[in-house]
Amino acid sequence: MTAQPDTVRPATLRWGWMAAGLGLLIGAVLLGVVVGPAKMGAGQVLRELFGSLIFDSPSDLTATEQAILWELRLPRVVLGGLVGAMLAVAGGAYQGVFRNPLADPYLLGVAAGAGLGATIVIVSAGDGSTALLPLAAFVGGTVAVAAAYVIGRSIGGRSATTIILAGVAVAAFFTAMQTYLQQRNLDTVRQVYSWILGRLTTTGWREVLILLPYVIVSAAVLLFHRRLLDALSVGDAEADALGVPTGRVRAIVVIFATLGTAAAVAVSGLIAFVGLIVPHTVRLLVGSSYRSLLPLSMVFGATFLILADLAARTVASPAELPIGVITAFVGAPFFGLILRTSRRVIS
Amino acid sequence: MRKIAVALVLALLVGACGDTAEPNTTDATTAAPTSSAATTTATTEPPVTAAPASTVTTEPPPITEGYPVTIAHGTGEVTLDARPEAIVSISPTATEILFALGAGNQVKAVDTQSNFPANAPITDLNAFEPNVESIAELEPDLVVMSFDPGDIESGLTALGIPVIVQFSALSIADAYAQIQQLGAASGHQGAAAELVGDIEATIRELNDELAGRDEPLSYYHELDNTFYSVTSATFIGELYAVVGLDNVADPADSEGFGYPQLSPEFILEVDPDLIFLADTKCCGQDAATIAERPGWDQLSAVQNGTVFELDDDVASRWGPRIVEFLQTIAAAIEEYEANRTE
Repeated sequence: MTAQPDTVRPATLRWGWMAAGLGLLIGAVLLGVVVGPAKMGAGQVLRELFGSLIFDSPSDLTATEQAILWELRLPRVVLGGLVGAMLAVAGGAYQGVFRNPLADPYLLGVAAGAGLGATIVIVSAGDGSTALLPLAAFVGGTVAVAAAYVIGRSIGGRSATTIILAGVAVAAFFTAMQTYLQQRNLDTVRQVYSWILGRLTTTGWREVLILLPYVIVSAAVLLFHRRLLDALSVGDAEADALGVPTGRVRAIVVIFATLGTAAAVAVSGLIAFVGLIVPHTVRLLVGSSYRSLLPLSMVFGATFLILADLAARTVASPAELPIGVITAFVGAPFFGLILRTSRRVIS
Repeated sequence: MRKIAVALVLALLVGACGDTAEPNTTDATTAAPTSSAATTTATTEPPVTAAPASTVTTEPPPITEGYPVTIAHGTGEVTLDARPEAIVSISPTATEILFALGAGNQVKAVDTQSNFPANAPITDLNAFEPNVESIAELEPDLVVMSFDPGDIESGLTALGIPVIVQFSALSIADAYAQIQQLGAASGHQGAAAELVGDIEATIRELNDELAGRDEPLSYYHELDNTFYSVTSATFIGELYAVVGLDNVADPADSEGFGYPQLSPEFILEVDPDLIFLADTKCCGQDAATIAERPGWDQLSAVQNGTVFELDDDVASRWGPRIVEFLQTIAAAIEEYEANRTE
């Protein structure tokens, strides 16, 4: 194993990249707030935003335009940022804890479990009342990962590979049940699909308030473990020798990455690729030290998803596109380009 | 324009029937319907205990007057040698049409979604995933379906069971054609002509009464609570156009697909005069739930009480209840006018 310069050098947070990332994020937020299917002047929007926040001087926006801005557009931008940050940091943490570049937040069956939970609610609520959907998706996602973890440990002890394989098996099983339910109830198939493809159409600030505590707690825990993830990246045996409790670190990271991911999936559906391409892109830009990787993944993940949602809202305006389609369609080729142009190797 | 299309469809239908009726009539009267193939082979095999001749005589004689007829339908043509007495419908719209034509007592089984009329013989046949064996088991002499996910039609045809496929109507003319097809197939041509005439009369009457506004009212037709809607290019959109309403979803559908998903911002911005909810059953929506959506309290339709709750089924089928749908829309327009003059 030839250690890369970046992992050897005592890496601290790369502040230059962080500043650039935050600048991009602010730009994406402003763009996301100003641009949308409803045409409102950029100046008016900004004056409405900052005027009422700072100067208390009202803008010329009509009541409807104010409602569009404050109750539809802004919560959607904030939600996109939270979901993107959460999926990206969880993906980065998973890749570290399993030392597997293909790991993403859905690796251990969160997506399949949440999909089953959501489908059960959509199918069984004959009148379509889907108030329970976020809860069911959250429970389904966490149950699936817990099952994968327990099964994996019972077979292979602490080996990361058996946990991943158990995750694959659990995901296949949950997906089978989800598909069965979906096909038996094809009258609700559009609702199921529209959830699976992911969407950030909010019901105001409710989703943001549901998601926020999970993102804060799980991101804090993951960021707190970023040095241990660096130690873990040299291998279980070596990490043990350094005195790192590998089993416990892995369990903690999986638990909190799962909680955050399940909460994100519960409010936004299954948005593909963010947890895979954002951490890898960051890794290729700044190196593979988790000290930089995790915080930068959050910032870039938020930026990426806000811009992807902007595209989902405006490309076919006034129609909407599913955001999961945008993230995969734009994200995959972009990722390929990054891989191609970079000389560095994924650790 | 529409009338020409209807006339064309009718002419084609009648033409098709006339062409094949003449040469085949003699065949049909001498040979009994589809089941006869099985009975004739049975007579050549002595071990069969029940006398084939007696089983044939105990059944009521098949009605062959006016048969055989050839029906041009969604995927081709089918010829019926006698009036079908055991129709299986796995299309909710076809079920409604058959019962409206007075062919209800010829319907043997319908699918789980065929919930109207109430006396339709619902079975656990699944309209979305029909199964050849479970349909064939019912020994139908005609199967009507609106959707073929695989080889259902060819499978049934191979078993000697005639199939009529009637896809979702894309226009009012399609709906008329399907009513005529089922009328011809079930032996109720007169009733079919009458039903089409009734619908045409309602359309003409409401069109004269309501379509001439200087400034057309705009409407938003909601298919589900993720803002899927219909455009004027769809069958339902055509019905709204009959009463002179202007569809807000049209700009959202550059590809002409007909069912765009609207941006919630856009709905607030265009502020439709009338809102029709076709997601009251599927998604539990009503005037109260949509008023609670973020920003929707700003919509004039919500403020003026011009949000109308439709029956999802009536608003998505293209059968006899078109009339009911149109009258609901017309009543909504009148209510809007009454509110405004107050």
